Amino acid sequence: MELFLWGKYRTLVVKLYGELDHHAAQRVRESVDRELLKSGAVNVAFDFENVTFMDSSGIGVIMGRCKITKSLGGSVIIYSAPEEVKRIITMAGIDKIVTLSEDIEQGVKEAALNV
Amino acid sequence: MYRNSMRIEFPNNSDNERFARNVAAAFVLELDPTLDQLSEIKTAVSEAVTNAIIHGYDSKDGTVTMEGSIVDDTVEFIISDNGIGISDIRRAREPLFTGKPEMERSGMGFTIMETFMDRMDVESEVGKGTRITMCKKLK
Repeated sequence: MELFLWGKYRTLVVKLYGELDHHAAQRVRESVDRELLKSGAVNVAFDFENVTFMDSSGIGVIMGRCKITKSLGGSVIIYSAPEEVKRIITMAGIDKIVTLSEDIEQGVKEAALNV
Repeated sequence: MYRNSMRIEFPNNSDNERFARNVAAAFVLELDPTLDQLSEIKTAVSEAVTNAIIHGYDSKDGTVTMEGSIVDDTVEFIISDNGIGISDIRRAREPLFTGKPEMERSGMGFTIMETFMDRMDVESEVGKGTRITMCKKLK
């Protein structure tokens, strides 16, 4: 996992790698929340390009970050997600509360981020 | 007619979620599944095993069992624990219901298992444990 701040958009970019299950979720959650507080970002953009597996634990992580960013006046973007990840996101209905996009530039545009 | 079966037991450590779904994937490889089917089976098994690990034992040590069987082109998995059990199975199966909101559980586990497998049954007894049976035909 790599985290970096995209200051212009007050967005914390989170590049995820490998498998996002219950075991991995704990670490992702802790790192993202710690960095959100520290950086002053209000939005989180998850890069799913290198995620090879996700189950409902990943949905929990996304829903939790939606709640936090909403309280900060921001939102969550998910980009470059493989088809099987998108399918689970849609099944859980969270495509209605996050911005799903092909790449981060499009995601930022669509989310009309609070900058 | 092709038949096979297997059984594994493992402690309820969360890193065994990955182990269990990879074993399940290896077990069905003989049936020559599509990549989509493989991903569906791995996800459904991961949900069942995660349920057993998180909810079954309520952070106490325990053992999770996974049995698999294949008859022709149909695979069945049974994932069971000897944990606390589920008092209201109907409610637990409702989408977005979770007994552990404080752990950021999404409540989508059973919905995913039902969607990705052809059939899914839950048997549970409070104080005895839970057993999830699911099967899928791989055409």
